[in-house]
Amino acid sequence: MGDHLLEVQDLSVTFHTVRGPVHAVRDVSWHLDRGEVLAILGESGSGKSVSASAVMDLIDIPPGEISSGRILFEGRDLLTMSRDERRMINGKRIAMIFQDPLSHLNPVYSVGWQIEETMVIHGTSRSEARAETVRLLRKVGIPDPEGAAKKYPHQFSGGQRQRLMIAMALALRPDVLIADEPTTALDVTVQAQILALLEELQTETGMGLLIITHDLGVVAEMAHRVVVMNGGQIVETGSAAQVYHTPQHPYTQKLIAAAPGQGDMSLGVAEQEPLLRLTDVKKNYGDFAALKGISFDLLAGETLAVVGESGSGKSTMAKVLLRLEEASGGKAEYEGRDLFALSPAELFEMRRDIQMVFQDPTQSLNPGMSVYDLISEAWVIHREILSKDKWKARVAELLEQVGLQAEHMHRYPHQFSGGQRQRIAIARALALEPRIIVCDEAVSALDVSIQAQVIELLDSLRQELGLSYIFIAHDLPVVRDFADRVIVMQGGEIVEQGSVRQIFEAPRMRYTQELLAASLNPDPEVQAARRVKRLEMAQ
Amino acid sequence: MKSFLTKRAYASLISLLFLVVAVFFLSRLTGDPTNLYLPVDASLEARENFRALHGLNDPLIVQFGRYLADLAMLDFGESIRRSRPALDVVLEAFEWTLILAAITMAIVTISAIVIGSLAAFRVGGLFDRTATFFSLIGASAPDFWIAIVAIVLFSVNLGWLPTSGTGTVWHWIMPIGVLFIRPFGLILQVVRGSMITALGSAYVKTARAKGVASRPIIFVHALRNAMLPVITVIGDQAAAILNGAVVVETIFGFPGVGKLMIDSILQRDFAVVLAAIMVTALAIFVMNLLIDLAYSVLDPRIRY
Repeated sequence: MGDHLLEVQDLSVTFHTVRGPVHAVRDVSWHLDRGEVLAILGESGSGKSVSASAVMDLIDIPPGEISSGRILFEGRDLLTMSRDERRMINGKRIAMIFQDPLSHLNPVYSVGWQIEETMVIHGTSRSEARAETVRLLRKVGIPDPEGAAKKYPHQFSGGQRQRLMIAMALALRPDVLIADEPTTALDVTVQAQILALLEELQTETGMGLLIITHDLGVVAEMAHRVVVMNGGQIVETGSAAQVYHTPQHPYTQKLIAAAPGQGDMSLGVAEQEPLLRLTDVKKNYGDFAALKGISFDLLAGETLAVVGESGSGKSTMAKVLLRLEEASGGKAEYEGRDLFALSPAELFEMRRDIQMVFQDPTQSLNPGMSVYDLISEAWVIHREILSKDKWKARVAELLEQVGLQAEHMHRYPHQFSGGQRQRIAIARALALEPRIIVCDEAVSALDVSIQAQVIELLDSLRQELGLSYIFIAHDLPVVRDFADRVIVMQGGEIVEQGSVRQIFEAPRMRYTQELLAASLNPDPEVQAARRVKRLEMAQ
Repeated sequence: MKSFLTKRAYASLISLLFLVVAVFFLSRLTGDPTNLYLPVDASLEARENFRALHGLNDPLIVQFGRYLADLAMLDFGESIRRSRPALDVVLEAFEWTLILAAITMAIVTISAIVIGSLAAFRVGGLFDRTATFFSLIGASAPDFWIAIVAIVLFSVNLGWLPTSGTGTVWHWIMPIGVLFIRPFGLILQVVRGSMITALGSAYVKTARAKGVASRPIIFVHALRNAMLPVITVIGDQAAAILNGAVVVETIFGFPGVGKLMIDSILQRDFAVVLAAIMVTALAIFVMNLLIDLAYSVLDPRIRY
């Protein structure tokens, strides 16, 4: 005891809310040594970030309260130190980077100023800090470091912003770096680059790295040891390989079983006339071509996945297809008619048949409407579907169909969890009895186990109702389990399309190969093999 | 940037033109100026002479055309009461109002920002609750009442401050003090609300993780982000004073543009009324432009 670099002992944190005390974490203990990578794995609400916040003195007291425990850094208890002493440790000895670097960088100061600030407040002179900033920016791979230092956060891409955060955190060569979901909102190839950068810097400086994540793939790629949290408590600790291959706790077993990318791949649906055929669809915003001529078919009862990184045009394709935005060219034939040439009245009819489910159910459900209002609104607009006296029974039926209960119809969206809200969004889409549902990153914001349940729901609805899905996603393992066919998009073009087996087992195009190599697998051994492959491709 | 300024200038020119039309014709609706200027028993001949002298016999549209032509040469006409160029009269009064507005708003801005920011740092604390209590009273208290109570208290009963005029520093204390109260209350509330949001933001969390001390977190990291809505309200309140703090200027006998406008309206001194409106409108246009520029200085994401 006492010889670890950072050690959390029996930490309990309680938040006093109007509804009574919430125990965010209870009796949590873990330790981190120099040169080690520890991962804290957990789903939302598991309390995985709370102990790190306590280490960084980021818990607001009140309403928070650290009700028990010690946090030893080099043997000294952080919790008994003064504010000023802790400030001298923050940023200098222990640094932290966060999810969503855009909101974590101050929008009104230049990035150079923000990186310099870390050094200046800990005693470096401004001119020295300025020179060091340029060196750091070059080190984290920002092009034109001198010019970049004068720019503002909004002028960088998501991956670059996380690099800036890393440069800021590593400015004073801290002994511990805490990374809270560092790659969660990033594209797979960018995620791989950021993780590689973190690993390289960690090896080089010998610091202890704590990664907080919900992603088994990140654990497999990075961690030596892993702590699994659920409901504010640690349920399991061990080496990454040990926890993956021989999970002891039922929760860990469930979590690993729910990880996507392990099931059988689809054999596809039988050859038939396409339900929907897109030919050479284009969309321009001014001079910028967001879609450069997209052609594909969608068969009845088929799940067609559209994968690609941000900016590839996959969401634009969905908007154009639903005519939320007008196409600049091309055709979309559905039941013998071109969707892009429909009159307003015909378009109104067609809207019934093609529905959409969005990424964030919290934002796509009006918080002021009850579940009954949300679902029955479809029939207010499309009166011919159902007479009013049958609405209640149908809402109840739909709720049961998506795995909720009839009595939920009088509640409001905020009374549901994220997964339940997405089920409500699906019920709302089903209310119009559509034939095609466009799912735009519909499961991306959900926890792994919830994600698996929603995918299962979508799959059973497809079989029951003969639906077709256009499944837009960036998460390749989910696509692998769920899709029949896959379209890979890049820069507004389709680079490759084929059956799910062909894409995952024998990708032809280099870009597809890169995407697959960058995607993370929950199995540490598979991940190690992929890393070797990635290195080979890089050479 | 340049095109933004030109666009704004054109837009303002159009609204100024509408203003000229509206004010000129509306003021004529209030009656024949000869009835006001000349005694009731003035002879018809005297009235005719007066009309001829000031061009009041011509059709209204001709008078308006003449007025516009003069305006184009920056000639606002003569003040009938004062027998001096109207513009000179107005600029003289406007200078007083400008000084009054500048001093008041400077004090308001600094105190509201400092107190509002500190209140936001510990929401619900004693300091926050005290500041909120007084700012709400300030924002809702009627200025004419405060002005009169202040005169009764400080001039009549205590004899500390003069009741009216502008001779010494002491003369300025009550007008500034009374004008201070409402904008201070309003701006403090906006600063507090905006700062609560800013202090709860993710970049403040980053700053804390870097080891930045509380004071720079409030005044360097959060404040600049919180300033945008605050500037809007500051501009709004400054405009209210520039427009003529009519009540306060009248009660304290302060020779500003608000008092001048009221006096000129009562005297049907149209030339002065029109000139005063044009000058304050121009001042408010310039101020709004400054506010837009302040936006882009404070927030690099805003570019015109």
